[in-house]
Amino acid sequence: MRKFFTNIDIINNKNFKVIPLIEILFLMFLIVIPLLVNDFLTIIFTRMLILSIFALSFDLCWGYAGILTFGQSLFFGIAGYVTALFANKLGFVQLWGVFLIGISIGFLSSFLVAWFLLLGKKTPQLIFIALGTLTTAYAAERLVSGWYWVGGGNGLSIFEFLKFGNYELEPGVSFYYLATFFLIVVYLLCKYLVKSQFGLVLAGIRQNENRLSYLGYKVQIYKAIVFCFSGSLAGLAGALYAHHEGFIGPGNMGIVASTYAVLYGLFGGVGTLIGPVLGVFFIEGIKFKLSDIDALKSYWPILLGIILLLVVVYKPSGLLGFIINDKERFGKFGVINIKSLKKFKNKITFKRLS
Amino acid sequence: MNLLKINSISKKFGVLQALNEVNISIKKNTFHGLIGPNGSGKSTLLKTIAGAHYADSGEIIFKNSNITNNSPELRSQKGLNLKFQITAILPQLTVYDNLLLALQTNHSIWELISSKSKYLYYEKIIEVLENFKLIKKVDTLAGELSHGLQQWLEIAMVVVKKPELLLLDEPTAGMSPQERQVTGELLVPLKSYCSLIIVEHDLDFIKDICDYITVLDQGKVLETGSIEKIRTSKKVQEVYTTRV
Repeated sequence: MRKFFTNIDIINNKNFKVIPLIEILFLMFLIVIPLLVNDFLTIIFTRMLILSIFALSFDLCWGYAGILTFGQSLFFGIAGYVTALFANKLGFVQLWGVFLIGISIGFLSSFLVAWFLLLGKKTPQLIFIALGTLTTAYAAERLVSGWYWVGGGNGLSIFEFLKFGNYELEPGVSFYYLATFFLIVVYLLCKYLVKSQFGLVLAGIRQNENRLSYLGYKVQIYKAIVFCFSGSLAGLAGALYAHHEGFIGPGNMGIVASTYAVLYGLFGGVGTLIGPVLGVFFIEGIKFKLSDIDALKSYWPILLGIILLLVVVYKPSGLLGFIINDKERFGKFGVINIKSLKKFKNKITFKRLS
Repeated sequence: MNLLKINSISKKFGVLQALNEVNISIKKNTFHGLIGPNGSGKSTLLKTIAGAHYADSGEIIFKNSNITNNSPELRSQKGLNLKFQITAILPQLTVYDNLLLALQTNHSIWELISSKSKYLYYEKIIEVLENFKLIKKVDTLAGELSHGLQQWLEIAMVVVKKPELLLLDEPTAGMSPQERQVTGELLVPLKSYCSLIIVEHDLDFIKDICDYITVLDQGKVLETGSIEKIRTSKKVQEVYTTRV
């Protein structure tokens, strides 16, 4: 496959970037989907869009800051539960409120976890964070499973539709475009962050956090900021998910849900943003298709597992690893482009570069 | 005037006494070599000064302030920078970005998010790259450089911040004789604004660029002083003829 792609002249061109092309094609795909498929499939695609926000939250942590978190579902689930409680106990289903609840609950819960796991005197080891977030997610899942007030093992159902003013956002085309809007905004925010000079620091942390400490960076603070930001995004995804599905349960905040976030990232290609989004569409798409085939109804999880295993083992850089090179994946942050420099600094002599 | 004063520093790893009541003073704008047999505590001392290890007892005074319990990042912000023994560059970033990263440490997080530091250091980086003979590799991923160039890049990363005290742990390890000579030439001009502590096995290299030498043996200071004093020291000769 690599040979096929490297044979395409445009990809061999040094200045050609593949990711923006994929992003544009994917955006066009998102815009036209509801026009091409029925309502049922539109609902499935809406779920994928919400899960894409969830996957992006993982990519920020692992792909950019080197934080291996298995706790994204915790923030996703807590925000989902809180919005469901607001809807059931107070009848509050306004979009702006759900948005604020999702973001703030995601932020608060991730801040608490970051406080314990990340903000020590020294930066904790990768395995400490992975196990810390894993056990926290597991504990939260067990807690809500046995807590009657939040529905116990049955979870919470939401009987009212999400509202924008007086307009009801039923699952379907309107909810689809709402989720698309949120995904695009979140994606652009993430893109801006990782391409900024803050993103350069994250790239440094991911590659050698010791070096960064000895250069004078307080690595824990940077990690905590990314962790809390990604927690807010997971919270937003959880709040939207609860309203879209009309349900949130213990399974949405446990280890399995967190593992899916990891798989979306690894399958699509971490550290690319668009990779995990594609990962969601591939994995959820394959899941949907395989579970629909009668002969495979009992075996599709095994088949899916084999496909995932093959990609993760033989292509650790994920599906995007087939078509983008390392230089594009890691990107450039400084300005060594004379044209762009001229715009900002006229004093510089350019002779030295030639 | 002393830039750094190490008072009775001790450090133990399990039963191994890596440093035992070490006292050293480093003057401003001087180059100081740390030599000694393997396991004598050279790298441990350097790491304790940089903050990688915390001393069990004793104190480290840098610019008249006690930094014994300061974190590595705080020590770096105060002007004390370390080059690791094993090259520690950012391999997936370009050479330019490695230096940019080294320079923007004092910016606030908000300034970094708004990328205000992006265009500030162009001239400075180009100048350092020229000095360190890396200008042609400006756009190359650091991981694709040869070992010698990676060492120079890491030295450039710590030098570009204009530190007052630079700690170099075997800066010429794995270099060819020519590269060693160039490394010496790159370091000498730094004396105008910074002091250097170098751990190095190449005694000729140390002799060529250092003003003072401290010899460590089994975690203790065996001898310290000018090159002539060390050269004629009976204690040093004994260690180097019997155990090295």
